[in-house]
Amino acid sequence: MTSSAAARFAPHPLAPGPGDPAARLLAGWYATGRPATLADHLRHYGPPPLASATGGRTPLPLAEAMTAAGLTGRGGAGFPTARKLGAVAARRGRCVVVVNAMESEPASRKDQFLIAVAPHLVLDGAVLAAMAVGADTVHVCLPRDRAAQYRRLSTAVDERRRARLDQVRLRLHALPHSYVSSESTSLVRWLNGGPARPQGGPPRTHERGVGRRPTLVHNAETLAHLALIARYGPAWYRQVGTPDEPGTLLVTVSGAVRAPAVLEVALGTPLATVLDRAGGATQPLRAVLLGGFAGTWLPAEQLRTPLTRHDLAPLGAAPGAGVLVALPEASCGLTETARVLTYLAAHSARQCGPCRLGLPAVAEDFTALAAGRADADLLSRLRRRVGLLPDRGACRHPDGAARLAASALHAFADDVDHHLTHGACPAAHRPPRLPVPPATAPETWR
Amino acid sequence: MSRARTLRIDRIACTGQGLCAELLPELIDLDEWGYPVLKDRTVPDRLRAHARRAVAACPVLALHTDDDRT
Repeated sequence: MTSSAAARFAPHPLAPGPGDPAARLLAGWYATGRPATLADHLRHYGPPPLASATGGRTPLPLAEAMTAAGLTGRGGAGFPTARKLGAVAARRGRCVVVVNAMESEPASRKDQFLIAVAPHLVLDGAVLAAMAVGADTVHVCLPRDRAAQYRRLSTAVDERRRARLDQVRLRLHALPHSYVSSESTSLVRWLNGGPARPQGGPPRTHERGVGRRPTLVHNAETLAHLALIARYGPAWYRQVGTPDEPGTLLVTVSGAVRAPAVLEVALGTPLATVLDRAGGATQPLRAVLLGGFAGTWLPAEQLRTPLTRHDLAPLGAAPGAGVLVALPEASCGLTETARVLTYLAAHSARQCGPCRLGLPAVAEDFTALAAGRADADLLSRLRRRVGLLPDRGACRHPDGAARLAASALHAFADDVDHHLTHGACPAAHRPPRLPVPPATAPETWR
Repeated sequence: MSRARTLRIDRIACTGQGLCAELLPELIDLDEWGYPVLKDRTVPDRLRAHARRAVAACPVLALHTDDDRT
């Protein structure tokens, strides 16, 4: 991301102040308005409670705390954090911790923002997790095209080294940046000297990962939450959110809102309220894209839905990578979707047949539909092809693309009819609203 | 405790030769590009020999059967 984009997502006057109960990861930032140095960080949050995490391989009080807190992964899959910790700690041999800060989702800025303003929270979480599972090394994976982020984190690591804060080694890595390179097995494969492409399994990463050791891969935001739960305890964490899905999450809000921003919101906050926190919609909305490019279109009527996995599941949606893009009434959801699918197809790792061949075919069909060039068989062919994507790759990339395509056909059903019978709608020729990067294949995987 | 056998395809190794669908049509279809579509992962007892043959015939060793404890 460019610095101008970083500025675009900076908090604004409408962001909550220090008194906001939902401000946790970003509380330090709201308090000072500047990225936290180690001194700022320690002043605000106190030293990391290493004592509770140490004790070799057996006790795992940290995992117990995560179970009690109900923390789930913030990378998109939403897997319980405690189960991952437990699975890695249960293996024999030295473990490795990998911080996934790749954030390949083009509509997401949360990890980048978090690392910019509170790098030590993320590093605290990684170190605490390393102590809990008995790891001696933490690998932090960053995208290669974000040099500023690398410098920022490098400074933070130096600060910690000078202060002799950590008992584990922290190593930064700059990886090639593509949509699938943020998949956890891509990181492991790259750290092992291979291409940053998904590995598939078995063995799973927690069994045999970096250097054939048991490997714990967590998203940057997850580890920052972990660092706070380790300090303040599960009961504190559960003070906000819902009983089943406690705590907060970072949401990147963009599109037709007055003040696009990375916001920290309590789980269970209605989607409409999240949009309000980003200054509210600039014009009547047709739909929102929730979760990211592998996410789901939700019609504007469903904006009262609370942001929890439980409430979104019946709609086929999930918080995903914490992305919320507002699509105004005067835009064509099919055209936007076609652009995203073309991008996703270009970013296939080209390893598995169904993704390498199926995804471009779906993108092509969708582009024809959006452009009003549909043939008589298009819709049935498109539905069949979309149905053949899930569960047939080494990673979940084709599944995510299929989810987006299916949700677009559902949410924009009226438009589908119109495009099939009358050709492209007038809005199809308007400038695009979603931030879709050029659909070019990654230059390198290494 | 009985053990069920399940089919697994190594999607990265698979090059869409299609032999598996020929030898095990009860469980495997092909998509329009010749890549396998599993109709059912679980191998019934009566198809065990066929499944074994399909696994052995895959030229890129992309088809596997796993033991799943049930």
